[in-house]
Amino acid sequence: MRSEPILRLEGVSKVFGEFTALDQIDLDIHEGEFLTIVGPSGSGKTTLIRILVGIEELSKGKIWLRDARIEKLPANLRPTCMVFQSLALFPHKSVGENIEFPLKLRRQNPLDRKARADELLDLLHLPQSFYDKRIHECSGGERQRVALARALAFDPEILFFDEPLSALDFRLRKNLEKELKDLHQRTGKTFVYITHSLEEAMVMSDRIAIMRSGRFEQIAVADEIYARPVSRFVAEFMGEVNLFSVEGTASGTLVGTEVDIRVASADLGSGMNLAVGVSATLMVRPEAVQFLSGDDDADFMVEGLLKAEYALGSRTQYKVEADNGDELAVEKLREDRFSGQVGDRVRLGWNVEHAHLIRPG
Amino acid sequence: MERQDQRIGLLSAAPIGMVLFISFLAPMLVIAIFSIMPQKVFSLLNLPDFSSYKLIFTQGYIKSLLWSFGMAMASTLILFVVCWPLAFGMAKVFKGFGLFITIAVVVTLFVSENIRLFGWVLTLMKGGLIEGHLRAWTGLTFEGALYNVPVIVFGLVYAYFPFMLFPLVQGIATVPDDARQAAADLGASRWQIFYEVDLPLSAPGIVIGSLLSFVLAAGAMAESKLLGGQTVIVIADEIETAFTYGQNWPLGSALSIILILIIGSLSIFGINRVNLDLIMGGRRS
Repeated sequence: MRSEPILRLEGVSKVFGEFTALDQIDLDIHEGEFLTIVGPSGSGKTTLIRILVGIEELSKGKIWLRDARIEKLPANLRPTCMVFQSLALFPHKSVGENIEFPLKLRRQNPLDRKARADELLDLLHLPQSFYDKRIHECSGGERQRVALARALAFDPEILFFDEPLSALDFRLRKNLEKELKDLHQRTGKTFVYITHSLEEAMVMSDRIAIMRSGRFEQIAVADEIYARPVSRFVAEFMGEVNLFSVEGTASGTLVGTEVDIRVASADLGSGMNLAVGVSATLMVRPEAVQFLSGDDDADFMVEGLLKAEYALGSRTQYKVEADNGDELAVEKLREDRFSGQVGDRVRLGWNVEHAHLIRPG
Repeated sequence: MERQDQRIGLLSAAPIGMVLFISFLAPMLVIAIFSIMPQKVFSLLNLPDFSSYKLIFTQGYIKSLLWSFGMAMASTLILFVVCWPLAFGMAKVFKGFGLFITIAVVVTLFVSENIRLFGWVLTLMKGGLIEGHLRAWTGLTFEGALYNVPVIVFGLVYAYFPFMLFPLVQGIATVPDDARQAAADLGASRWQIFYEVDLPLSAPGIVIGSLLSFVLAAGAMAESKLLGGQTVIVIADEIETAFTYGQNWPLGSALSIILILIIGSLSIFGINRVNLDLIMGGRRS
């Protein structure tokens, strides 16, 4: 990843009547990176991407592509391209004609066009025989590839994706996610992808931007977002997670304000420092929580009742009810399954290196 | 089960199907047979000959056919150009205002075509609404705008406006917005979007609208009579004359058959080229 931003957004806002879809967005997108914008529906991510390709106009703000301001440029004059959620393939054109469409607009000669289309079919693992197929003869996954090939034929500076995989079944989606990542590496282009699935984002992206109500909540590499979310919202968006309300104490450690957490040592390191009386959220992932036996110890400990056990394939998930009624999730690999029975009283523990303190913003 | 449903459906449709079949085809059949009867007979029980067809090709009736089709073609083209922007607005831009236009256009159909054309005669004639006002205010005068070919074409455009407009609206409404946006995103200018996306994807509407207005205009008579005076004689006029003043039913029948053949083959050709389901039922193949 080079440091020079290829696209820079400054104070980009979009207002629909009373509703603020985008609220003063700043963002740098770096040349060659795979950036994924993740957010629940209604968070403004689709509006943002439509503004970036020029289909939608912004209400306020500036967009630079390298050194040129582009926010006033209509979509057809921007060197960017988007793969639509609906794919928006042209139903009256064949696969080949769809792929060649941007080249035809540039009046490239038919032989060069055909050659480029064949190359792209190859790149996307579609047989050459697809060239003459009609769009309605293609399956969902094949259409996906055709849409991608068409966008690549345009040879955009930045390729945008508006949740193109959301309509596909699980297995096909998983395959295409990996293929997309490979494609990103092979083409070296800048990809900006939006999705509501963080899991999808984790597989593909260099950086992830989490969006909420028209603003970015956190922009960071996938690991950082996974391990150190800046807010409850981001932490919960990451899937199953255990969150506890805690407060700083005079002795320099933490105390649980809802679930009764026992803290073993007084010195948890600088990451867990909290001023007296200040509340924060302590986060631990289900897979980092251990079942403690005998006189085992851990930095943080909670007691509770084993309520349920679910087989998730390669892993097993346990629900443990703490004494105040809150539920905790614990996950173990199948081969490390816990030997206890549902209804047993259990002790859970985790160490400070697996914990993360979400401080109040 | 499904087969039984199908049988019941066919059986219950049979009576009205028969009625329609007979009431449409029987008159056609009579006309077809009359067209090969000798001149000026009023019975189908004569030895057939093709004298009427011969007459058509020797007595200048071809000229009337050409005028009819020529003016129909011109009015259809003009209608397409005039209606497209409005239809596009109604399908994609206006929202509520589109309904207002729809009602406004439909309301004009409440008044008989002949009366509306007379309105235009009063407007365009010498001493009429336009020339009269011009003379009263400025003293300038002109010969009125009636009795020429352009005014007939204008009349056809005016009379068949709704028949082009509404199918076009339907056709354009079926063009997906994201296909237009994707085309723009891939670098297409407005003109290229029109040519590459709008036009082919709204083809069913264009074909239906063009066929309707062309067929109606080719068989129209009131415009050429009222607005055009006797400048040109259109084919429908010739047919009427043959049946009435001419008292020559076989000639009228032969002219009708030629008109029907040409229009029929054009319609079949046009309809075969587009997927009508898109417009009529919204089903996609």
